[in-house]
Amino acid sequence: MFSQETRDIITNGLWKQNPGLVQILGMCPLLAISSNVVNALSLGLATTLVMAIASGSVAVIRNIIPHEIRIPVFVLIIAALVTVVELAMHAWVHALYIVLGVFIPLITTNCIVLARVEAFASKRATGHSVLDATMMGLGLTGVLVTLGALREIVGKGTLLSGIDLALGPMAKDWVIPVIPDYHGLLIAILPPGAFIGLGLLIAWRNWMQERRAR
Amino acid sequence: MIPSIRETLSTALTLLLFCVVGAGLLSGAYTLTRPAIEITEQAEKLALISQTLPPGSFDNDLVGDARPLPVNALLGLKRPGLSYVAQKEGKSTAVVLEAAAPDGYAGEIRLLVGIHADGRIAGVRVTAHHETPGLGDYIEIAKNKWITQFDARSLADTPADQWQVRKDGGRFDSMAGATITPRAVVKATHKALQFFAAHQEELLNVGCGYRMVGASSEERTAPSTGGHSRCGSLRSPHPTSGDQ
Repeated sequence: MFSQETRDIITNGLWKQNPGLVQILGMCPLLAISSNVVNALSLGLATTLVMAIASGSVAVIRNIIPHEIRIPVFVLIIAALVTVVELAMHAWVHALYIVLGVFIPLITTNCIVLARVEAFASKRATGHSVLDATMMGLGLTGVLVTLGALREIVGKGTLLSGIDLALGPMAKDWVIPVIPDYHGLLIAILPPGAFIGLGLLIAWRNWMQERRAR
Repeated sequence: MIPSIRETLSTALTLLLFCVVGAGLLSGAYTLTRPAIEITEQAEKLALISQTLPPGSFDNDLVGDARPLPVNALLGLKRPGLSYVAQKEGKSTAVVLEAAAPDGYAGEIRLLVGIHADGRIAGVRVTAHHETPGLGDYIEIAKNKWITQFDARSLADTPADQWQVRKDGGRFDSMAGATITPRAVVKATHKALQFFAAHQEELLNVGCGYRMVGASSEERTAPSTGGHSRCGSLRSPHPTSGDQ
């Protein structure tokens, strides 16, 4: 139903070239913000949005950007988009803006965004570029959410804690107590937990890959 | 190959064009979101401040009537903070002070201390801290009710040597494994009460000859943003630099 190229773009983003597990790009927000599902999902989606729009706009104007100054132009476009997203979050999802804090502006410096723009969008058709950026973003979001879920369950024994920050007070009851009366394992919430969890995820992916190859 | 001047110029102009478009986009987004951001920030601040006061104890615009506080060792603030006077039917019922505990386990803990006009604490809330998640963060009202044990305490009912955690011989509870954090909060709250006791008049008397006796030279004596009119003859409606 899709062309071979489209399918390749999708599997590359989500699995074969997954930015989190294979390219190991964008680690700064990945490790810092993945202490629970809600934060991870929010930052992941914000990054995906920025990537999709950035790749789309670069692909549209790719023929008028002089080769010598393409990097400054890309960075300019990405930074402007991130700032717009940041302002929008500040205005309409204020609580989440407070939680994600400095990591929203840091999307600009997330190398996965620039990497997709430079490696893909500056050379390919607009539709494919947007698809590629979206899939790469979703691949990263998937890793973030998995890591967030792992760390939240092990660290706090819950899932979706803090969902009311994103969706308002009515979501307060949506928190799922996975392990009742759990006192938490602090290391999972603290930065080392992110490294250990990411290591386990990468190992799991490599194991899957090897098993499939056999 | 050296690019011609023409080429260089056209490249530079292209970059400039992108910058102009980018700047336009940003200022547009800023203008569009500014009102919403201001409203949420005010509402958030107000929600936080009113937590430290009993419901219905004020009918004035707390945030609008905020007044600057001097840098004072008792408040622990590095930069001048604000005080929020709660008034009901024109009478000051309480004041909320911004304060900070500089000696938390992981740096400064910022507090709001609400104090009734009679010197009893109306409520204390932590507004910012870096304490260990899951260990020292029970000072947050969202995590634990610990901070409510300050309610209704005053210098009169709790002698100075009792303003300590139970472990140090005082009357305030703390949790095993995290004593440095509550110690800092108890100390800062005690000091805020002492500041209130020393400056009660100025803190509660809105807009009238606002002056911190004995404050350091860094003090900022700015005119209050509202309420001069309540002051009557004590002060001209348009504050001048000479009347401080």
